[in-house]
Amino acid sequence: MKLVFERSRPGRGTRYLPECDVPVVLPEDPGRGIPLRLPELPEVEVSRHYTALAHQTFGVNEGFYPLGSCTMKYNPAVNEHAAALPGFTQVHPLQEAHTVQGCLEVERKLEDMLCEITGMDAMTLQPAAGAHGEFTGLLLIKAYHRSRGDTARTRILVPDSAHGTNPASASMAGFEVVSIPSDAKGCVDLEALRKAAGPDTAGLMLTNPNTVGLFDPQILEITRVVHEAGGLCYYDGANLNAIMGIARPGDMGFDVVHLNLHKTFSTPHGGGGPGSGPSGCKEFLSRFLPGRESPDSIGNVRSFHGNFLVAVRALAYLLSIGREGVPEAARNAVLNANYMRIGLRDAYDMAFDTVCMHEFVMTLESLKEKTGVSALDIAKAMLDHGVHPPTMYFPLIVHEALMVEPTETESRETLDEAIALYRQLAEEAREHPETMHQRPEHTPVRRLDEVGAARNPVIRYAYEV
Amino acid sequence: MSGYVPATSREQQEMLEACGLSSFRELYRDVPESVYLDRPLKLPEAASEMEVRRAMEEMAGKNTVFPHIFRGAGAYHHYIPSIVDTVTGREEFRTAYTPYQAEISQGVLQSIFEYQTEICELTGLDASNASVYDGATAAAEACEMCRDRKRSRILMSDCVDPQIQSVVRTYSFGRDVEVTLIPQKDGVTDPEVLKTLLAADVSCVLVQHPNYFGNLEDMDTLTSLAHEAGARMIVSAHPLSLAILRTPGEYGADIAVGDGQPLGIPLSWGGPYLGYMATTSKLMRKLPGRIVGETTDAEGRRAFVLTLQAREQHIRREKASSNICSNEALCAMRAAAYLAAMGPEGIRNAAVQCVSKAHYLQQVLEHAGLRPVYPGRAFFHEFVTECEDPAGLNRALEEKQILGGLPLDGNRILWCATEMNTREEMDMVADTVKEVLGR
Repeated sequence: MKLVFERSRPGRGTRYLPECDVPVVLPEDPGRGIPLRLPELPEVEVSRHYTALAHQTFGVNEGFYPLGSCTMKYNPAVNEHAAALPGFTQVHPLQEAHTVQGCLEVERKLEDMLCEITGMDAMTLQPAAGAHGEFTGLLLIKAYHRSRGDTARTRILVPDSAHGTNPASASMAGFEVVSIPSDAKGCVDLEALRKAAGPDTAGLMLTNPNTVGLFDPQILEITRVVHEAGGLCYYDGANLNAIMGIARPGDMGFDVVHLNLHKTFSTPHGGGGPGSGPSGCKEFLSRFLPGRESPDSIGNVRSFHGNFLVAVRALAYLLSIGREGVPEAARNAVLNANYMRIGLRDAYDMAFDTVCMHEFVMTLESLKEKTGVSALDIAKAMLDHGVHPPTMYFPLIVHEALMVEPTETESRETLDEAIALYRQLAEEAREHPETMHQRPEHTPVRRLDEVGAARNPVIRYAYEV
Repeated sequence: MSGYVPATSREQQEMLEACGLSSFRELYRDVPESVYLDRPLKLPEAASEMEVRRAMEEMAGKNTVFPHIFRGAGAYHHYIPSIVDTVTGREEFRTAYTPYQAEISQGVLQSIFEYQTEICELTGLDASNASVYDGATAAAEACEMCRDRKRSRILMSDCVDPQIQSVVRTYSFGRDVEVTLIPQKDGVTDPEVLKTLLAADVSCVLVQHPNYFGNLEDMDTLTSLAHEAGARMIVSAHPLSLAILRTPGEYGADIAVGDGQPLGIPLSWGGPYLGYMATTSKLMRKLPGRIVGETTDAEGRRAFVLTLQAREQHIRREKASSNICSNEALCAMRAAAYLAAMGPEGIRNAAVQCVSKAHYLQQVLEHAGLRPVYPGRAFFHEFVTECEDPAGLNRALEEKQILGGLPLDGNRILWCATEMNTREEMDMVADTVKEVLGR
């Protein structure tokens, strides 16, 4: 595919602005002394360029996207309609309150609904992504301990199965990370947790259901141990889709949560963003929330009101599915995952062969030992069949992991077709293992030289001078 | 039938049976009885799409959409060519995840590579990432890039947007890093005080140019001072200003950041926007977030892939340079499409019109009785005037569907004019000022 710069010809372009209707003034500045090399294209070329790029992009609407941990559910069209309303898109963030009552209503309604779903008392929509919400929540924990003069609490406990953002966020918030091992069932090793929790514990970060797709049955004991040690409990909402409307983090003993509107609440991922990562907390922490007029607030974590149009989409979704639709989505997400798991358990080894939540993890360790075919090979082979591969090599505690999350918006036929494909690939791996390393064969490009890309980074187009 | 679940209740029952289960409660057998919710959520009942649309339209209708906007202060009203919405609104782009599977994600990857190139071209620097959340978090992340064992303190100009200041302070609370404010003198960063503040523990100097008040800073002097003291220079810049002002690369800034919102992103009550970050080759590996690199595929064809991932949280965990994961990819694509459509002449023209109209507005406002607070200072497209009753003036403007400048403390107003504002509109603002002041 041509780069936009390679389509460019000097002097081409489309005029979008009228002539200047006031005397032209140039700034008192030495001025730009280097050429401004940007594409020069007629509009038709801009259109064709992006159309060509779109044809080489796979979204939820191209096909099944069971990417574990990412909750790639269908993004309803009404959400987009709402987010495109001029009454939302053409409002300046610093307008006086009486001129933005609609925005404030969206914000308030969504905050209230998210509080009800999580069992929290207060919520902020300012964080722009899940990791940003984690950072915000951890700063609340830090501010809380500081406000009590408790400066000894410098450590955050994080299970070894956690998302990489958890330890990274804890570190950004100035904490030392203590890794808690998982037990043989993939859940928190309670004995190890008891040993680690103490007067230096600021808190625990936990995803429940966890990253192997299991609801930790000892959850009440876990949060009790942390609270008794004087720490707070942080709920990573990445996997909330499995339990929304069924069980609430606030009732499990969590004090702080973050949510991912771009996972659980059906807003699109945009090829990597924008997302939105609201942070919620119990009443005793609410005075520390960002974006509030409170002397104890940790300050702002982002400018203005967060990714507002993402919040608009999430509200439209919640209004659509309503009180019954929330647990219905969760139940069917879990059902679909179990249906696929049952359909695959004799073709692939399950990391934990038990009833799962919204996702399950397979381990291809023995397949690799026997045939040389890895999790990567199977994933890449799927690309030839119009199905997005599962998440690969995560969580780290499972070797040769493939993590499958079908979500509730996929039909039984789609699941049946995917099961048949996964089974077919397992068979091919056993019968013709050598062919598997060459896949994919029918995609716009084949496997890439990632090592070379990192060794000699070329991260911008080089203009010929 | 409700929500977006395709399975009928009969299918659900059959699928449960296929799993060897008889009820949904069995699926949730690991959830302790005491936390299993025994009541419906206190949420509204499900609604049809028609009802939802009405409800959302009603809320949107409660906002005032001003046809005439003279407010900036971090969010700017610029023209967005129609083609930007058309091409970036495609469902493929909107509904894709982060391009982990490069073979089926070349479109998104290439768009980011092009965005990175354009940000390098605008700033005159060598390397750009794929975007962060907004301009304020970009500034905070840039400060973190400069920290090492010996140097951690941040010097931040008081002429930096208060929102950026707040976010930098919040991030610094996390890292336990000290932030010292460089005071202003006559609406710009005071170089004399900066000299005295540049101690051996200072990691970086953060300056906004054009600054919060719209004034142009003396970037050559400030950058030299920082570098002589061994500190790095971070500049936060309105991206359109880079089309005509001396670039960060030319005056030697180590990192350039800013909000990319002026590049084709609607105001949207503050978001989503995007934060751009560009730096030198030397600091490239300290950039947070995703970066796309060029490579080849198994058949030797050019292709693009997420690269330098050893910096990132999913590999480095607590040792990562940042926790950032999701970014603002679709906004970055909008910015790239905006730049491709406008072209070099288009954005130069937009920038010159911003300067010209802001100067015209300042003149007519001064004529109407609002004296500039920093007379004689060079500025881009924002400026501050005195005003005895900013709220009263803005109420009068609101009646004419005009969003006036942002009231600042001390009876001042921060005005902004862009290529969107016509001479007629600006004359109308000046006339209203005259009426309010009784002239």
